[in-house]
Amino acid sequence: MDFTTETGARVALAIRSAAAWLVALILFFPILFMLVTSFKTELQAIAVPSIWIFAPTLDNFTHVQERSDYLLYAKNSLITSVVSTIVGLLIAAPAAYSMAFFPGKRTKQILMWMLSTKMMPAVGALVPVYVIAQSLHLLDTTFALVVVFMLSNLPLMVWMLYSHFKDIPPEILEAARMDGASLLTEFRHVILPLAMGGIASTGLLCLVLAWNEAFWSLNLTAAHAGTLAALIASYSSPEGLFWAKLSAASVLAIAPIVVFGWFSQKQLVQGLTFGAVK
Amino acid sequence: MRSIARVLLAPAVGSLFLWMIVPLAMTIYFSVIRYNLMEPGEHAFVGLENFRYFITDPSFATAIVNTLLLLGSVILITVVLGILIALLVNEPFPGQGIVRVLLISPFFVMPTVNALLWKHMMMNPIYGVLAQVWRAFGLTPIDWLSDWPLLSVIIMVAWQWLPFAILIFITSLQGMNREQLEAARMDGATWFQQFRFLVLPHLARSIAVVVMIEMIFLLSVFAEISTTTAGGPGDASTNIAYLIFKQALLGFDVGVASAGALFAVLLANIAAAFLIRLVGKNMER
Repeated sequence: MDFTTETGARVALAIRSAAAWLVALILFFPILFMLVTSFKTELQAIAVPSIWIFAPTLDNFTHVQERSDYLLYAKNSLITSVVSTIVGLLIAAPAAYSMAFFPGKRTKQILMWMLSTKMMPAVGALVPVYVIAQSLHLLDTTFALVVVFMLSNLPLMVWMLYSHFKDIPPEILEAARMDGASLLTEFRHVILPLAMGGIASTGLLCLVLAWNEAFWSLNLTAAHAGTLAALIASYSSPEGLFWAKLSAASVLAIAPIVVFGWFSQKQLVQGLTFGAVK
Repeated sequence: MRSIARVLLAPAVGSLFLWMIVPLAMTIYFSVIRYNLMEPGEHAFVGLENFRYFITDPSFATAIVNTLLLLGSVILITVVLGILIALLVNEPFPGQGIVRVLLISPFFVMPTVNALLWKHMMMNPIYGVLAQVWRAFGLTPIDWLSDWPLLSVIIMVAWQWLPFAILIFITSLQGMNREQLEAARMDGATWFQQFRFLVLPHLARSIAVVVMIEMIFLLSVFAEISTTTAGGPGDASTNIAYLIFKQALLGFDVGVASAGALFAVLLANIAAAFLIRLVGKNMER
């Protein structure tokens, strides 16, 4: 077919749009299916072939709250992800600032070393961390999770902030220093406004990572400090057979962060690529 | 100035150093003693016995192969499909914004939900969506988790990371020089030639980033395995991370688990050294 004529171009566009929509719907389908299932009764949920038109019910959602106190887990997820992100930023930002603007002989090495700690599989530290947490009576506390989340995200945070600070032209800082600005004024009035986008994307990414973190939440918490990731794992059996309830619990667990992610996808990309892809 | 710079750096370096060195030291210590939670008593020094046990365990070789297969296939799938899909949705078309939101969504689904969603609703051999699709084509549905456990885990993990690759490639494609492409087209370059000589080189850096980030997260895939197959049947879907977990918390053998953990750290460091080279080259500006 000749795609250079006007009709040809229109046909090409139609084919391309259709293909793009098809791919998107296939990738999104599991989430859609889960969302729809969460409004079904258990019988409708496992009907073959799947039912798509039915009278929706909210019973599953109320069941989830009654069975396992969804709100408690949601609160734990919120606290651990938000607090670990904020504390992490407070520790990472000064370090990144120091390395970006006062680089020493070993700056590169320190950065590489930090990244290499992130490569260590969490499972390598599982037993020691478990033993330490146990002996300090910190098992199943939000405090322990906050510390662990913060530390495991810290290397990424330093890296991202470093690459964003690096983008600030040093001349601007020199000008500020000439005018006699103190280090704190310089940070607050020059760097912070310029790097706000980078700081935001770093924070957003770590928030998402902490919210979805499953390894430590599964192994360090029980009924008390469990996060949503751990709550869902507890549905693995035997409730896994009850699709509608499982779906409702899952929808409740992922909805906040998925919606959050939709709104912040641009910043997230910047964050995840250390600003290296623009 | 020097000293202030050092003070600012100290909390991050100090806490990360502790986070690395304390568990590492304890792991090294545990790895050379007999330490089983079910057998209280003295922790006798056993030398390299735990290492020998872990490495000669038949599960060990399987776990390494599985770890590498999982890592390699997911990276391959996400990079190849990621580039193709990014090219498909890069130019404007009706509903581009919505399509992009749909495509990115799986990345935000937490691993435990991902695992249960696929295990039950997609891959169940009787009621699952895939079984229905298979039957629609007149085929016998596959019992995914029993017959193809590792492939099932690969599908779940790839589904999660494909959106990430797409997102990065889209971002990178938008920074492409349009005039260059236009000129190539004028000169009669075929689609494939444009792709091979203009698009692919432009994407090189973002491919390196995707590979690096995925490697960090995929070496230690855990939740997808523990909530679906629990490493089975047998060891068919056990990776190194899950094998260590099994030794430590299910087998209660801290000594052997620690030996395994040291091995995992070694593996991670080999990967890290390799990656840092790759990324160091690509990220110099």
